[in-house]
Amino acid sequence: MSIALQGGDAAERERVETPFQRFVSEFAESRLAMLGLIVFSIIAVVAILAPFIAPQNPYDLAVLDIMDGRLEPGSVSGDGATTFWLGTDDQGRDMLSGIMYGLRISLTVGAGSALLACIFGASLGLLAAYVGGRTDSAIMRVVDLQLSFPAILVALMILAFLGKSVMNVVIAIVVVEWAYYARTVRGTALVERRREYIEAAQCLALPTRRILFRHLLPNCLPPLIVIGTMQVARAIALEATLSFLGLGVPITEPSLGLLIANGYEYMLSGKYWISFYPGIALLITIVSINLVGDHLRDVLNPRLKK
Amino acid sequence: MSVYLLRRLIQAVGVVFAMSIIVFIGVFAIGDPVEILISPDADQIERERAVRALGLDLPLWQQYLVFLGKALQGDLGNSFVFNEPALQIILQRMPATLELAIAATFGAILIGLPLGLYAGLKPNSAGSKVIMAGSILGFSLPTFWVGLMLIMVFAVQLGWLPSTGRGETVEILGTRWSFLTMDGLSHLLMPALNLALFKISLVIRLTRAGVRETMLMDYVKFARAKGLSPFRVTFVHVFKNILIPVVTVTGLEFGSTIAFSVVTESIFAWPGMGKLIIDSINVLDRPIIVAYLMIIVLMFITINLIVDLTYSFLDPRVRLEGK
Amino acid sequence: MRNSIRAAAMAAVSAFALNATMQPAGAQQQPTTLTMGVGSPVTSLDPHYHQLSPNNAVADMIFSKLVETDAQARRIPGLALEWRAVGPTVWEFKLRPGVRFHNGSEFTAEDVVATLQRLPNVPNSPSSFGVYARPIERMEIVDPLTIRFHTREPYPLLPLDMTNVRIIDAQTHANATTEGFNSGDLAVGTGPYRVVSHRQGDRIEFEANPNYFEGAPAFQRVSYRMVTNDASRTAALLAGDLDFIDQVPTTDLQRLRNDQRLTTSETVGLRLVFLGLDHLRAPDENSPHITDNDGRPLGKNPLRDVRVRRALSMAIDRAAIASRIMEGAATPSGQFLPPGTFSHVPGLEAPAYDPDGARRLLAEAGYPNGFRIQLNSPNDRYINDSRIAQAVGQMWTRVGVRTGVEAQTWATFVGRASRQEYSTFLIGWGSNPDGSHPMRNIIGSFSRERGWGASNRGRYSNPEFDKLLAESLVELDEEKREQMLIRLQRMAAEDVAVIPLHIQTNIWAMRRGLQHTPRVDELTRAQDVRPAANR
Repeated sequence: MSIALQGGDAAERERVETPFQRFVSEFAESRLAMLGLIVFSIIAVVAILAPFIAPQNPYDLAVLDIMDGRLEPGSVSGDGATTFWLGTDDQGRDMLSGIMYGLRISLTVGAGSALLACIFGASLGLLAAYVGGRTDSAIMRVVDLQLSFPAILVALMILAFLGKSVMNVVIAIVVVEWAYYARTVRGTALVERRREYIEAAQCLALPTRRILFRHLLPNCLPPLIVIGTMQVARAIALEATLSFLGLGVPITEPSLGLLIANGYEYMLSGKYWISFYPGIALLITIVSINLVGDHLRDVLNPRLKK
Repeated sequence: MSVYLLRRLIQAVGVVFAMSIIVFIGVFAIGDPVEILISPDADQIERERAVRALGLDLPLWQQYLVFLGKALQGDLGNSFVFNEPALQIILQRMPATLELAIAATFGAILIGLPLGLYAGLKPNSAGSKVIMAGSILGFSLPTFWVGLMLIMVFAVQLGWLPSTGRGETVEILGTRWSFLTMDGLSHLLMPALNLALFKISLVIRLTRAGVRETMLMDYVKFARAKGLSPFRVTFVHVFKNILIPVVTVTGLEFGSTIAFSVVTESIFAWPGMGKLIIDSINVLDRPIIVAYLMIIVLMFITINLIVDLTYSFLDPRVRLEGK
Repeated sequence: MRNSIRAAAMAAVSAFALNATMQPAGAQQQPTTLTMGVGSPVTSLDPHYHQLSPNNAVADMIFSKLVETDAQARRIPGLALEWRAVGPTVWEFKLRPGVRFHNGSEFTAEDVVATLQRLPNVPNSPSSFGVYARPIERMEIVDPLTIRFHTREPYPLLPLDMTNVRIIDAQTHANATTEGFNSGDLAVGTGPYRVVSHRQGDRIEFEANPNYFEGAPAFQRVSYRMVTNDASRTAALLAGDLDFIDQVPTTDLQRLRNDQRLTTSETVGLRLVFLGLDHLRAPDENSPHITDNDGRPLGKNPLRDVRVRRALSMAIDRAAIASRIMEGAATPSGQFLPPGTFSHVPGLEAPAYDPDGARRLLAEAGYPNGFRIQLNSPNDRYINDSRIAQAVGQMWTRVGVRTGVEAQTWATFVGRASRQEYSTFLIGWGSNPDGSHPMRNIIGSFSRERGWGASNRGRYSNPEFDKLLAESLVELDEEKREQMLIRLQRMAAEDVAVIPLHIQTNIWAMRRGLQHTPRVDELTRAQDVRPAANR
C-alpha cells in the first residue's frame, strides 16, 4: 500500500506539479476512499503511538498477572489499578493494549513484507521480461520453485536458521511472496516492452536501468497496486496462519494474528473477546487499506480515464 | 516449438534437483527426526540403531547421494513414519486434495464470476458495494478462523452438514473419490467453501476490473451503438474478453490452492496431501516432504507451461523464444 | 456502544452455548456402533514398528500382552495368568489356556517366542521395541503354556517390560511386514476388536471379537477417526458426528462439563510437566541464554548453585498455573509420580509459593538484582505448554529474574534441547508407574554404556545418586526396591535436579449414555467405553 502511494506520487512529481494535483483531486473524488484513508491514518497513528497511549505494556511480563487472565470486557484488575475495557487474554494481557501493540507488529509485517517483496519481485520480473532469454528462464524457474514451496515449510526453515523474531517473519513472508510480484510484473512487462515508447527509448540508447525503472515500471504499476494491496492483507493473514501453526512472531510480543490464533482456542468456550476484538481490528485495517488501494488503482489506470 | 518444450523440460529437471537439495539442507537445519520419532525412554544404543535404520548416520551429502541414486530408479525412499514408499502414500492421499481443490476452484468461479460481473456493470449500486466489501472479508479473515465458524454454524448450530472428515468414497481406477456420493458431497461442501473464500474474492475483483475496462473499449461501444441488446453485449462481447484473465489466474492459483490446503485440511480433518505434509513436517519425515515437493513443483511447472503457451496463442505480442 | 458490540459478539459467537442445550443430540446413534475421535494420528497397525502412544492404544484393541495394566496402570494378568522369579536370573510365566487369535489359531508359548524374536528385527523402525528383548538371554518353553525367560543379570523390571509387548501369532506372522499389518490383512491378534479396514491418517474401522477371552466387547463396530485439530474435535462432538473424543482441550472443558448432552471422564495422569535446567556448563562457564541485567555475559552459570535452583522453584505459583492456565486440569507436584502409584514418595510436595523467600535465596547466592534468562518451550506438545512457560516467565520476572520466553514447534525444540542449547526449558515426561523409569532416564547421569540419562537433557550428574540407582536396578525384592526408589526421588528433589510443575489430568468427553474408564496412561481404547448402566 505504501509502495503504491510513494511510487505513484514520486512518478507524478517528477514532471510538473499539476498532474500530482490532479491525482489528489481525483483521489479525493471518492468519499469512500477518503474515509478509508482517514481510518487508516488513525490506525497508523494509534500503532505508532501505542507505547504512549496504551493502558499497559503488554510485552512486559512483569506487569502481566495470570490471576487477571480471561477477564470479561470492563473488568478491573486484581489490584484495582487497571480497567480492562476489552477484557484480557489467558496471560492477563489487556486486550486493548494488546491490539494497539499488535497493530504495530501486524502493520510492520504486512507493509514491510509487501514492500520488500514488491521491490524485490518487481525488479526481477522487469529484468526477466526486458532481458529475456536465459535470464528470463532462470528467474522464472526460481519463481516456479518458490511458488511450489508451502509457505509453512519456508517459514519453518527460515525461523529454524535465523531464530524467531518479527524481522525473521518478515523475511519469511518476503521469501514466500516475492514470486507473485515477479510473475505479475513480468506478464505485464512482456506486453509493454513491445510498445513504441520502449523502442523509442532503446533507439535513444538510454541505459537499461533507466528504461526499466523510468519507462517500463510506471506502466506496469496498475496490476502491481492491485496485487500490492491484496498482498498486504494476505501477508497479515499469512502471519496469522503461521502463528496458528506455532511459527509466527514471538509469543510474548503478539501481533493481531497471534492474538486471534490464541483466542481461537477459546472460541468454543464463550470467551469471544480474546479473538473477536483483534479480529475486528484486523478487519478494519485491511478494509481501509483496500478502500484506498482499490480507488488508487482506478485513478492510476490510464485505461479508465474518461 | 519442440526446442522450446525440450528446453523447458531440462529446466524443470534443474528445478526439481535444486528443490531436493534445499529440502535436504532445510530439514537438516530444522531438527533431528530421530529425536522426534524415538520413544523418550529409548537408551543411547537404541537411538543409534534408529539413526542407522533411517539412514541418518551418514554425512548429509552422502545421504543425498544415496537418495539421488534411488530417485533415478524411481524410488523416493520409505517414509520414516509409515515405512511405506513415500510416493505411494502421497498418491493415495492425492485424490482427496484434488477433489477439494477442484471443488474450491469451480466454486470460486461459479460464485465469483456473476458477482464480479454485477459489480463491474453497476459499479455504483448498493449491491455491488456490498459485494466488494464482502470480497475484502474473503481475503482478510484467517482461514482457520472462518473454518471453525463454518463448523459451528452449519454443523453444530444448524446441523445441516457433517462437521469434519471425508464421506463415503467410490473406488475408480484404484483411487477413492467422494464427490460421487451424497454423503461425500455433503462432507465436501464446507471445506471446499473454506478453501474457496480467498479465490472467490480474487475472481470477483478480477472480473469487476476486467468488466470496467472492457466496457470502455471501442468495440463494446461500437456493439452498443449498433443496437445490440445489453444482454448480448455483456455475455458475448464483454464476457469472452474477461474470461481469459480470470481463467488464467484461477488456473495459476490452482497450484497454490493445493499447496495451501494445509490449514483447511487440518481444521476439517480432511485426509489429503495437505494434512499429510503438515503432519510430516511436524515429525520431519523427510522422504515424504521431498516427494511431496517434487510432485508440487512438477505440477507448478506444468501449469505455468500451459499458461505461457496459452499466452502466446492469445497474444501474439508475447513471443516465447525471447528475442 | 460497547454493550451493543458485546451483544453482537455474544450473539455471533457464544450463543452457541445457549442454543446447544436446546438442541437434541445431533445424530441418533445406534448403540451397537461407537464413533471415536482421537487427537493424535495413528501411523501404523504394526504393534512392533513404532513406540508411540496412539499406535500402542490401537494395538491394545487388536492385540493382547502377557501382562496387562488396569486403568490405574497396575499390572494385571493378561495372556499370562501368573508370573514369578524362579531364580535370580529366571522369570517364569504361566500362560492363559484356550485363547485363540482372530483367525482361529491357538495361542501358545511358541507365539511368545516368535514375538520376542521379532521385536529387534522390524526393518526401518524409528523407535523399536527391541529394548524389551535385550535383557533376555534365552527363552525356554517348559510346556505349551509355560515359558521361562533367562536374563543376563537380575532384572526386576521384566514384568513391567512385558506390559509393552503385544503378542503376535507365530504362524500368521512369520515374515510379516509393517505394510502387511498396515493394510489390515495381518492385523490379527487376540484382542477385543479386529480390523475391518484402515485408511491411513483418516480412520480405522473395527468389529467386535466375540471370542475375546475377557468376554465380547460392548460395541459391535467401532469407527476410530483421527481429528487432530482440538477445536474441530470438540465441535464434531457437539455436532453429534463423534460419540467420544480424547485430549479435550482445557479451554473447552468448562463448556463441555456444563453441556447436558455430554459427560466427561477425567483422571490424574502419569505425565509430569517440568523445567529442565542447564547442569552441563561448569559453575564458572556461561550458560547459553543467561546474561546479567544489561545483557552482558555473566561469567558463571547460576543454575549450578542449588540456592538459585531452589529460588526459581519457590518463585513459581503452581496453584495459580493449575487453576488459571490449566483450568483445574492439573495437579501441582514435586515429583514424577502421582499418589497411589508404586514408589510415589509420600509427603514430597512441590515447594510452597514464596516470592520473598526466593528473592532472599537469590541475594544469598549473590544475585540480589537477579539476572536475565530465556525460558524455551515447545508450543504444540503438551497441554497449554507455551502458556505455562509465559506464566512462569511472569513469576520469575517478578522476583527479579527477567525472563524472556521463546516457544517453538516440537520439531525444532526437541533437537536443540537435546544438544544442550538451552539454559532452561519446559518439557514433559510420561512415566511408567515405577520410579526407576524417570530416575534412570532423566536424572541418572548421561551414559551410553549404562543406557542411562538418554533424556537427561540438562545433563544433571550426581555420583551418589548414580550409585544408589545402579543398586536399585538389580534389586529383585520389590519392597526394598521401592524404598531405594523413594530415596532416589528425595535426593533429586532436594538437589532440584529439575523443577517439577504439575501432573496433567487426562480428559475425555462423550455423549451422555456412554461410560468410560479413564486411563492414567492416556491411551484411548474402545474397550474402555461402554453404554452407561442406567440406559
